[in-house]
Amino acid sequence: MTSYELTRSPFARAMLKSRWPQLAVQLGLLGGLGLVIASGLLGTPVGSRSFAIVMVWIVWWAALMLVAVPWLGRAWCSVCPLPLPGEWLQRGVIGGPPRRGSGSARGLRWPRRLRGMWVQNGAFLAVAILSLPVLTQPRWTGILLVGLIVAAVALGLIFERRAFCRYVCPVGGFIGLYSQVAPVEVRVRDAAVCAAHTSKTCYTGNESGYGCPWNVFPGSLQVNTYCGLCMECLRTCPHDNVAINLRPVGADLTQAGPRAMDEAFKAILLLGSGLAYTALLLGPWGRARAAAAAVGSGAWLLYALGFLTFVAAALPALLLAATRLGLWLSRIRLTPIAALRTLSPALIPLGLSVWIAFSLSFLLANLSYAGPVLSDPLNLGWNLLGTAGVGWAPLGQVLFPWLTIGILIAGLAWSSQRLGAIAEGLRGGPRLAWPMRVVSLMLTIGVLAVLAP
Amino acid sequence: MTSPSARRVILAPLLIGLAAIGWLLVPLRPALAPSSRTIRIEAGNFEYFPSQLTVQRGDRVTLELVARDVVHGLHLDGYAVDITADPGQTARATFVADHAGTFTFRCSIPCGPLHPFMIGKLRVDPSDTLARAAGLALLAVLFGAWLARAKADIPATVGAAAP
Repeated sequence: MTSYELTRSPFARAMLKSRWPQLAVQLGLLGGLGLVIASGLLGTPVGSRSFAIVMVWIVWWAALMLVAVPWLGRAWCSVCPLPLPGEWLQRGVIGGPPRRGSGSARGLRWPRRLRGMWVQNGAFLAVAILSLPVLTQPRWTGILLVGLIVAAVALGLIFERRAFCRYVCPVGGFIGLYSQVAPVEVRVRDAAVCAAHTSKTCYTGNESGYGCPWNVFPGSLQVNTYCGLCMECLRTCPHDNVAINLRPVGADLTQAGPRAMDEAFKAILLLGSGLAYTALLLGPWGRARAAAAAVGSGAWLLYALGFLTFVAAALPALLLAATRLGLWLSRIRLTPIAALRTLSPALIPLGLSVWIAFSLSFLLANLSYAGPVLSDPLNLGWNLLGTAGVGWAPLGQVLFPWLTIGILIAGLAWSSQRLGAIAEGLRGGPRLAWPMRVVSLMLTIGVLAVLAP
Repeated sequence: MTSPSARRVILAPLLIGLAAIGWLLVPLRPALAPSSRTIRIEAGNFEYFPSQLTVQRGDRVTLELVARDVVHGLHLDGYAVDITADPGQTARATFVADHAGTFTFRCSIPCGPLHPFMIGKLRVDPSDTLARAAGLALLAVLFGAWLARAKADIPATVGAAAP
């Protein structure tokens, strides 16, 4: 597949290598994060009037799902303010290049047993079962964000690099998995140059920058999942051998072979969560929402159990059964788990389309709350932008549902194509794809039943 | 002259496209005779009771909204219907359900934490959007299968077929 190297442009290369534009964005977002936390902890308890709720769960989330993740991959991670305090303390430098003898971290390596996405999967599920109060009550959002910052600082002081982002952040695994779809990548220009470069400064760091904060060796990058687009390797490579490429959408999904078990599980987990959230938050079942919001009650325990059973047990079991059937039909010699791991990237387009459809629906119904909170973020009676009095009005009521259908159907077609392409890659195996296609179709119809006009 | 394989390459997506257009255009269910209906909806604790309603296209529908706890609203997407009911009071709106489909109604007055998710659905029959969307989804699966066969992008080296 063809790609265009963005960093061939001297201007683009200079802008990306310089740490100051990135730092300027990070500082702006850090200020915004401070305002969000202040609003969450000290401002109004009314969600629809809260800067914290509206800016995080409507504006930021929609921007992440509709723009950042599908088109820019992990670009959000490159400017995310949550790990900054921890990273600055770890390095002993605020935003600048390394200084000899600075930093107060212990720099331990992350435990081998906890590597991969399993901790992230657990963190995601923990937030997921608390999502109703987090999404609707400013204080919960404030506490969650403070908790994430504290965790990032603590892990930054104990472990090397960005252990929090790479192994713990509940959103990081989400972005990482779906960043494989994005038409942007960091890759090396010539792998032979990396092989001959003995000091591997992209990984170890030098006076120009830090060793990869994401614990990745750029020379071996095949997919976007763990690359945080932080640009440190661009700064530390003495041979200018690191490139930022624009590439066809979904290029990483054509990588052959089984994915790691944690990544395959993540793909299923996120698909299941997208389905569950669509039904829970956008369906007409108020009793289920009330149970999800009553944290600690018996009803909430039932909800949490149901949610976890569906996303972490029932859906994986269903997909495994479909894979088993596909193996039987195609007479391929593979274990069902290995086959499911190989097919799992095909779930990414479908999962992402479900999340985009869900996010778009939520955004358009609630975006009009942004005007008042932007004009009066701390609920002090201000009217900074003249939008304090804007009333609630759902947007795109006629066009949006059809757009949603189009997105879901496009995601399903893409998943069907990936399933077929992967199955074709397994010798003699086109039939392997069909049971999984049928399950994907049924799941899509389930989402359509909630969202279709 | 086009070869048989080239004809297949053109024919398959053409047939899928024609099937999609046909499925979107063909009438699926006839409409029943319209009538007048009054539906009472109670709103409380971030829920509507009932939360799923069905009427026929052409029906003259009167919605009676009763707020059981605090002030609640009812905004019906796709129709110019917006009602506000004070606690213990009933508010009404009448409209003609002149377009079919499923329409979300939601609370339009901030009423507490779960307000953004206080949602119900009104189905105006003959509502066939779901059936049509499901049909398109099936065709999308077939189109994806055809694409995978038309252009393999993973080398056939992984795994092994049983004898």
